[in-house]
Amino acid sequence: MQWTGLTLSIGMAVAAGLVGCFALMRRMALASDAMSHVALPGIGLALVFHFHPVLGGLAALFAGTLLVWGLERQTRSSTETVIGVVFSLALALGSMLATGDELVDALLGAPGTLGGWELALGLAGAAAVVAFVLTQRNRLVITLVSADIARTSGIRVARLELLFLLAFALTVALGLRYLGVLLMGSLVIIPAATAKHLARTLDQMFAISVGVAVTSTLAGELLASRLHRATGPVIISIAAGMFLVALVVRRGR
Amino acid sequence: MENALEVEGLSVRLGGTEVLRELSFSVRSGSALAVIGPNGAGKTVLFRALIGALPHGGVVRWAPGTRIGYVPQKLDIERDLPVTGRDFLRAKAHVSGAPGADLARALELVNLPPSAADLAIGAFSGGQFQRLLLASALLGEPTVLLFDEPTAGVDEPGEERLYEMIHRVQETERLTLLLISHELSVVYRYATNVLCLSREAPCFGAPEEILTPERIEQVYGTPLKYHHH
Repeated sequence: MQWTGLTLSIGMAVAAGLVGCFALMRRMALASDAMSHVALPGIGLALVFHFHPVLGGLAALFAGTLLVWGLERQTRSSTETVIGVVFSLALALGSMLATGDELVDALLGAPGTLGGWELALGLAGAAAVVAFVLTQRNRLVITLVSADIARTSGIRVARLELLFLLAFALTVALGLRYLGVLLMGSLVIIPAATAKHLARTLDQMFAISVGVAVTSTLAGELLASRLHRATGPVIISIAAGMFLVALVVRRGR
Repeated sequence: MENALEVEGLSVRLGGTEVLRELSFSVRSGSALAVIGPNGAGKTVLFRALIGALPHGGVVRWAPGTRIGYVPQKLDIERDLPVTGRDFLRAKAHVSGAPGADLARALELVNLPPSAADLAIGAFSGGQFQRLLLASALLGEPTVLLFDEPTAGVDEPGEERLYEMIHRVQETERLTLLLISHELSVVYRYATNVLCLSREAPCFGAPEEILTPERIEQVYGTPLKYHHH
């Protein structure tokens, strides 16, 4: 494995661990999985028209983000159904655009080799997500507890939620090459869910979530190249294993 | 004394139903307004319209320089998360630009020991949790406090203490208080004015005028017993 790929995967995992804490607390566990699927038609179009697949995925993700944001501002109850339908449709359309090995790579992840500008853009994206979560954490916490308290504290709630969803979409895009469309949503949620079981404070939750995300990504990449398997499934198996251990540990407390 | 809040012809529609219609009242600086009325009369809707969380018709005019501390009745968060009272208070202090010392003072004002703030918010009892929310609302030097049903989820001996504490905090901090409450005896004792919301025409005035047995029966649809000391 190249050091460039390694660096980017660490950046991606840190971003996923942090964004995941707020995604989980916002009860986006299922929506985040579905949302990551929306990248596939973008990747498919990128393959058809010969531009970079991650850029196509990112564009599709941003479009999906605006859709979720718009829906959340309407009614809450129907949002989940619409997300389920629209994002399954995205998966179906994307699978028709991409075929064969390309499809398998897009679905399950394949690290491949990284160009210099890909690394630079990826690291910049990861840094932007991490900086967003760390600088806006207080506003995010208040909004999470009560949007009305946030409003009276001078927080522009709708704008903050849009920025959070965009950070989420960017994180998913960063992980596409390692985990693929099917599993990237899980790397956002599983480490945060593990942390929720073990942590007692918010700082602990951030630390554990980032720890689980980075550990499972690095271990998964190493193991996948040894076993000649797609990286995504191996990374998620390791993360899910850590989640199950956390459940047992908490029971034992 | 000038008004902290003036409301003229306030109307709110939710999903095609008119919840509030042509509501007008004012709140003097430093006074206490109690909002009463049966469930579904639009008390919380009124508060949310006042803070600008709901689109509305009519005019809501806060005095210049108003800072609002808001304690909602329902939170958006699940209670089983690893968020401690201190995590929440720190975030609120930071966002409101309150210095660190204010946090200790806010806890003191609501009689919460500093150690209690380190509990996860899910571990707080009903009364403790309301006091935590009150402490958070006091950060950032508010001029107005909006409190939506302080004693929801609080046991009966706790209710009395909580209201006394709110009253004491209002006096020491010189706050204008807007309070939604079902405790008519408390309303009678502490409120400067009462605003009653019901399906009939709303009424507004001093507690002695509003809290008559006939009026209360009109507002709630049943005779309601309460005692004032």
